[in-house]
Amino acid sequence: MKSTKRIWVRSILGAAAATALLGSAWAQSGQPVKIGLLATLEGPFAAGGADGMRGAELAVKERGGVVAGRKIEVIKASSDAKPDVAVNATRKLVEQDKVDIMVGPLSGGEGIAVKDYSKTQPQVTFINGGSGAQATTLVNPSPNFFRFNTEGGQWMVGLGKAALAKGYKRTMVIAEDYAFPYSQVQGFMAEYCRLGGKVPAKAWVPLGGKDYSSVIATIPKDVDALLVVLGGADAVNFLTQYENSGGDKPMLGGSITVSQDVLNYKGKRRDSLVGTLSAGPLADAYEGAEWKAFVADYRKTYPVSAGGFPSPSLFAFVYYVNMKAALDGLAAVNGDLSGNQAKYREALQKMTLKTPNGDVKLDSNRQAIGTTFVTEVVKDAQGNLFNKVHSKVDGVEQKLGMSDADFKIGSRDVPACP
Amino acid sequence: MAASQWRKAMNSSAAAAVARGHAVPLVAGVVAPVAETPSSPGTHWPKIAPRHLIVVFAAIAFPFVTSPFITFQVGAQSLVLGMIALSLSFLAGYGGMVSLAQMTVAGIAGYAMAVFGHSSSAEISLGWPWWLAVPIAIVIAMLASALIGWLSVRTEGIYTIMITLAIGVAFYYLVLQNYSVFNGFQGLRELKAPTVFGIQWRDPLPFYALTLVCALASYWLVSHVVRTPFGIALQGIRDNPRRMGALGFSVVSHRVAAYALSGLIAAVGGILLAWYNALMSPGSVGTGWLINILVIAVLGGVRHPLGAFLGAIVFVLLQTFAIDVIDRERFNLVIGGMFLAIVLFSPDGLLGLWAKWRSRFSPMQANTSNQRRQA
Repeated sequence: MKSTKRIWVRSILGAAAATALLGSAWAQSGQPVKIGLLATLEGPFAAGGADGMRGAELAVKERGGVVAGRKIEVIKASSDAKPDVAVNATRKLVEQDKVDIMVGPLSGGEGIAVKDYSKTQPQVTFINGGSGAQATTLVNPSPNFFRFNTEGGQWMVGLGKAALAKGYKRTMVIAEDYAFPYSQVQGFMAEYCRLGGKVPAKAWVPLGGKDYSSVIATIPKDVDALLVVLGGADAVNFLTQYENSGGDKPMLGGSITVSQDVLNYKGKRRDSLVGTLSAGPLADAYEGAEWKAFVADYRKTYPVSAGGFPSPSLFAFVYYVNMKAALDGLAAVNGDLSGNQAKYREALQKMTLKTPNGDVKLDSNRQAIGTTFVTEVVKDAQGNLFNKVHSKVDGVEQKLGMSDADFKIGSRDVPACP
Repeated sequence: MAASQWRKAMNSSAAAAVARGHAVPLVAGVVAPVAETPSSPGTHWPKIAPRHLIVVFAAIAFPFVTSPFITFQVGAQSLVLGMIALSLSFLAGYGGMVSLAQMTVAGIAGYAMAVFGHSSSAEISLGWPWWLAVPIAIVIAMLASALIGWLSVRTEGIYTIMITLAIGVAFYYLVLQNYSVFNGFQGLRELKAPTVFGIQWRDPLPFYALTLVCALASYWLVSHVVRTPFGIALQGIRDNPRRMGALGFSVVSHRVAAYALSGLIAAVGGILLAWYNALMSPGSVGTGWLINILVIAVLGGVRHPLGAFLGAIVFVLLQTFAIDVIDRERFNLVIGGMFLAIVLFSPDGLLGLWAKWRSRFSPMQANTSNQRRQA
């Protein structure tokens, strides 16, 4: 008994010593790269978070789980869209699980908090997941936080021009009262006001409010259209109440407004939805070959029967793009994360990322410059409504083409052109 | 059964239980603690036993045997949440009042700290030094807690829970929609713990030491207060408010004072929580957290101040590591299942499990200790 035990102890010690000796040589080629993946699997964005994880997994799967001979080990964590929970989960991945690269989080407030935290962990490279707050990369940006997806303001570029082309010269804004709609409204107004449009009134409604009657009563008679930036189900609520009060102004939608909920709307105003413009970073009906391949791959890997969506959601797309950037960067430096990941970060900064929707480059704040789609609701032969691609705008910058001095982060009162 | 009859039955059984020196079951599975009568009259100081020293020693040694991550995220977070839960278990255990607004009080302190101290929103924060901002934040939170108490002490049982929940939810919507003071949905960020004596108090080890000192102080405060005439009167009011009123004690003012005292503990916890998270956002005072504090208190058991900290440790461990033991889409099931199991098998939380275990394996000792308490 005793001797067996001794042999055990010796062999363990021997193995430990061998590992320690080989360790340094091993670290670069054979050792797996740990990537932390954070999304919201609880709370209001639970469904979106799960789809975000699918998108990120798809990017890992495309490379067969190996980059430059190093295995990719993904460690997952969940939050509930609250910044404090997101930082706790990130801290666990970084300090306890010792990940090399961090991908996440999903929502805007979380993104800012994780960016603040990333400054205290200079040895890890943080890549955004789905969060789209403007301030993340504009105010006190962190040198090791990268974002390869465009954000709420960029997603609306092109809509102002398309609205003016339709003859909407005066537009009222109805949007939820927090940072994401502020940036969406700014993205629209920056272009719209520059080209001569007017926004005489803005109504900021509380998040999750269900009663829009007081807002509907304040809609001026002389506006040509309404810009509605509400979440999908709330947009249907608004439409119903607006129809009941006899409203007939055409609608412009934010990036998450004209969802399937709205397209399935059954009210009398259903036909008047045809022609509704909205804008966003992806369009289901885009005919690009890479996009079609991406959608087919998503559908094959995550069929609806296995919990996938009929078409990849916004979150699946942005997580896919960010995870792909993390892996492409790793491939570019041949898996070399030495020197506090300096080479890796340089590669990320200089990379031209091939995404299903076109090329993405980073600006000096490590924020994506990418593509935005303007879509229009049309009716197909069966009478179903769907979003057709109206136009595509490439190379959209975070500052929306303004100089550093002119650009101010969107808020209730910025920008203004009454 | 009519409410009055029920109360009478409760009171008589409670009185009988007190006479026998047992813990008293209260509303909703909450077991009321009975403070040990001091062995010699006149001394209200809790005795220091070897087990106290062992726990304190273990708590001091803890950061030196674990990683900075465990020290900060598990150790310090448990102590901070434990303090906020302690403020609830003091109210529930010794005052018979279950308040869901304890996280709100902590949040008021945290937000006050952010507004009077430093944050990333320079146009809101006044930037006062910490030695001025901390006492002001604590005083504001204590006043708020006393006000919440004053509004809710006239109600009993489930109505207290409802009114405190309503206050908590109202505060959540206030901070969510007010931009001039609370900065709305974004909240106030980059709340830095001060650097005093050349030590950055947010680093894992100093922050853990800071929370440990505050937690020990609040633990001592509760153990001390429940032995003072005020604490004894509070427990009398918990057991039979009408009789205490007839004896000349002011029921309302005792209860409001208990709320103010619990507000002090919650406020210190709230300021530490703000420093721990480095931000205050509406999510920190949302319904989820109001209920989490109740979960922590019930999980640990409210019959002893230690329960709050035990509950917090289990809560934080589960929140942090449950995702490692099971599939990512099911890990909340582990957390919920654990909570359910603990409450199901021991209505008095972890402390109740411990008491059961002790009475099973050493029945004699349990008897003698009870007898000694009565003596």
